[in-house]
Amino acid sequence: MSVPEQLRYSEEHEWVAGLGNEDGVVTIGITAHAADALGEIVYLELHRGEGETVEAGEPCGEIESTKSVSDIYAPVSGEITAVNQAVIDEPKVINDDPYGEGWILKVRVETEPGDLLDAESYGKLIEES
Amino acid sequence: MPADNTTAKKTPLYDVHRELGANLVDFAGYLMPLRYASETAEHRAVRTGAGLFDLSHMGEIFVEGPQAAQGLDYALVGEPSAVPIGRARYTMICAPDGGVLDDLIVYRLAEERFLVVANAANIATVHRALAERVASGFQAEVADRSDEYALIALQGPQSQAILSQFTDAPLDGLRYYAWLSGRVAGVDALIARTGYTGEDGFELFVAAADAVRLWNELALVEGVLPAGLAARDTLRLEAGMPLYGNELTAETTPYEAGLGRVVKLGKPGDFVGRKALAAYADTPPGRTLVGLVARGRRAPRKGYEVVRADGTVCGVVTSGAPSPTLGKPIAMAYVDSGAAEAGLAVDVRGRHEPVDVVDLPFYKRS
Repeated sequence: MSVPEQLRYSEEHEWVAGLGNEDGVVTIGITAHAADALGEIVYLELHRGEGETVEAGEPCGEIESTKSVSDIYAPVSGEITAVNQAVIDEPKVINDDPYGEGWILKVRVETEPGDLLDAESYGKLIEES
Repeated sequence: MPADNTTAKKTPLYDVHRELGANLVDFAGYLMPLRYASETAEHRAVRTGAGLFDLSHMGEIFVEGPQAAQGLDYALVGEPSAVPIGRARYTMICAPDGGVLDDLIVYRLAEERFLVVANAANIATVHRALAERVASGFQAEVADRSDEYALIALQGPQSQAILSQFTDAPLDGLRYYAWLSGRVAGVDALIARTGYTGEDGFELFVAAADAVRLWNELALVEGVLPAGLAARDTLRLEAGMPLYGNELTAETTPYEAGLGRVVKLGKPGDFVGRKALAAYADTPPGRTLVGLVARGRRAPRKGYEVVRADGTVCGVVTSGAPSPTLGKPIAMAYVDSGAAEAGLAVDVRGRHEPVDVVDLPFYKRS
């Protein structure tokens, strides 16, 4: 299962791209491992929209597959700057391209909890699960 | 992918599933394919062409002896003694209080020989109950031979056309819930026209050692898609078929599940659960199993509460999923009798999502 080197990961299987960017905006999605474990994703709902804030470690949405429902946890705290309407309209895109077209939201980081994993640690985490 | 050090059992087709890249999960103590690629594609293959399932986790329990038929009449709620050789029946084994211990298919193999197929999770329970009940006064032996057998199902409208390429057995004359023995792809098989998908199809009981050979022959056919438990679950749900552990439990009676017809109260002789079941048969059940179709996109799931318009709880969902065929979420639920009216909703994680009550099944093959 692919675990791109340049990303950071939460233990709840979200990925974060662009930490350390000048504008402070990161892109967030769920990992290929999570998408595969869920199965075909049929529904995605975010509890907050653009301009609202998310809190690291708190649920910020729900993702539903043919088999199950899971919470999406915000891996960082900050203000939502963009929501990917395309995956809300067609959530299966997350299965097809979890690290690309399947991104879920962008957040301007206020605090990053500091417990995000690098690719190697996340790779180990999913190997053990 | 589960690690190899799990305690779960492997079916004779485990290596085949791994090679196919299946997502393997522990189901009832067996490592089973949940899906190979897309469960929706697997579901559709069964509705339009054919799907191939490994069901080797199911239990094969043989009951044999001069009084095998009478022993089963006593042990089960059905009447196996009335089943002709070559035919099969859907039936149940109940506790003395009328609760369902398992739902079963009983195949009559010979005058004095029956095959009882149990759900994987209940093999030990069924074996123990049958052994106690049959041995308690009937001349018959009960043997759990689940490990000796593999069970491969070919399900879908193309099943007969496909299977007939591999066997000389007269499939054309084989009726639903009937079986015959024959050779399939050079392998001795008990060929049964049974299934759990709502489609035409066959279940092939073969020696464990023959499973890989048979699977590989069938899987090579154009239009046959290996299908996992996820597709099996949505297929049976659309067909309104109960799943043990969901719609059926030891706390459920056959009447609540709408399956009172399987209880043969008129059969001669006593049977386990008769007294309790006779009482249930005479009283309208407090709750009934209904079909629900969601108006929105959220699927009702097992354990979610069914609520009335005023928000009071009137039932619980037993199974639910997005239906590939209907294109909307569907569910089965136990609902208090009289409450199955308009204006019901399901509490989906705190939000009341409106549902419509419909007759089961959701899908019937044409």
